[in-house]
Amino acid sequence: MYEFDYQRPAELSAALKAADADSAFLAGGMTLLPTLKMRLARRSRLIDLSGLPELRGVKVVAGNVEIGAMTAHVEVQDSPEVRRLLPGLARLAGGIGDPLVRNRGTIGGSIANNDPAADYPAAVLGLGATVVTNRRQIPADQFFTGMFSTALAAGELITHVSFPVARRAGYLKLRNPASRYAVVGVMVAETPAGVRVAVTGAGPQVFRLPAFEQALARRFAPEALQGLTVPADGLNDDMHGSAAYRASLIGVIARRVVGTIAAPG
Amino acid sequence: MNPIIVSCQVNGTAVSAAAEPRTLLVDFIRTQLRLTGTHVGCDTSQCGACVVWVNGRAIKSCSMLAVQAEGAEITTIEGLAGSAGAVGRGGLHPMQAAFRETHGLQCGFCTPGMIMTAAAFVRRNPDPSEAEVRAALEGNLCRCTGYHNIVKAVLLAAAEMRAAPATASGAASTSASSAR
Repeated sequence: MYEFDYQRPAELSAALKAADADSAFLAGGMTLLPTLKMRLARRSRLIDLSGLPELRGVKVVAGNVEIGAMTAHVEVQDSPEVRRLLPGLARLAGGIGDPLVRNRGTIGGSIANNDPAADYPAAVLGLGATVVTNRRQIPADQFFTGMFSTALAAGELITHVSFPVARRAGYLKLRNPASRYAVVGVMVAETPAGVRVAVTGAGPQVFRLPAFEQALARRFAPEALQGLTVPADGLNDDMHGSAAYRASLIGVIARRVVGTIAAPG
Repeated sequence: MNPIIVSCQVNGTAVSAAAEPRTLLVDFIRTQLRLTGTHVGCDTSQCGACVVWVNGRAIKSCSMLAVQAEGAEITTIEGLAGSAGAVGRGGLHPMQAAFRETHGLQCGFCTPGMIMTAAAFVRRNPDPSEAEVRAALEGNLCRCTGYHNIVKAVLLAAAEMRAAPATASGAASTSASSAR
């Protein structure tokens, strides 16, 4: 690792003040630290957010599930509120990485990183969540702006993510057996704002499938998706799978997700 | 960058030592504290040989900075047997004893991490299925055993810890071992 300065502020205002163009906020560190270790990145300063308890925990506020940015995946997986109100989200969190990663990795870190194969972006986009920062509220549809990039400005910090409670929601992925990142992952949710389908792993970043959403809005059953295809154009094509394979997987996984959550409800 | 003094509890003992901000927790444990039971098996945060408990949670100590451990309670493989009154036969934690009995190791390099992960898992899930054990070990790589005997060890230790919760007394452990 290259050298860097380290701070663990006890006040949010101090954390924001410490940020500059060369610094990075350190959440769970499950991507940032390995990247620094490999010298794939260099930062002048790490601002550790673990001294800010207000960024951590799950609350139900006005019918929405609010998850603090520093909440670890295992805490979302185990949260009684999340399991009751958004069981599909609890299961998604319980399938990220491995147990050791889930003990440290955070939701805020995951979505700020916006890895094209990460699980949480599919949940945030698929459930129509709102990303709340120290400055503003960003709807999921505007938050993810490209591979490893988001709407966050320099020095802007996610404080929590607010999920509307879906009538039903589920997520499945074909995971890379070594990394457990999604080769393709699909979140399907019947949200207060309608049916949403979000796909991760398949493209340069998470994206929605309007044709699938419209078909499911008419009839929420796996058969409603029969015959719908996704063009392979622009999908990821790498050692883990061809673009055509990923296009096929999207349909297969979407139908399976709907099958698991379509039953009485 | 100037070293920072890190103060924490390691295996029940208060320790204080200097670390650069970029020093990984695993290097701090091995070189500063001279606790070399925690291993480094890869450079890529994948293998799990470096697993320790930080505030009761199993984590990869290669993916955490030493300075982040300020004020934390850390348990390494050296302190596992003495943690939570869990000493079984031969002064071993029931998980360590079970690895020994089921041939849950060959070269032994991954074993400290395997045991720290497995012992934390069994506290979370005292009566796991085989599939749950395999899923719990996804963050720990072993290149010798094929995992089969490791899974057996975890199931055996879980059974023993259920039979003798908290203390995992020598008597309970002895009867289990003689049955094998």
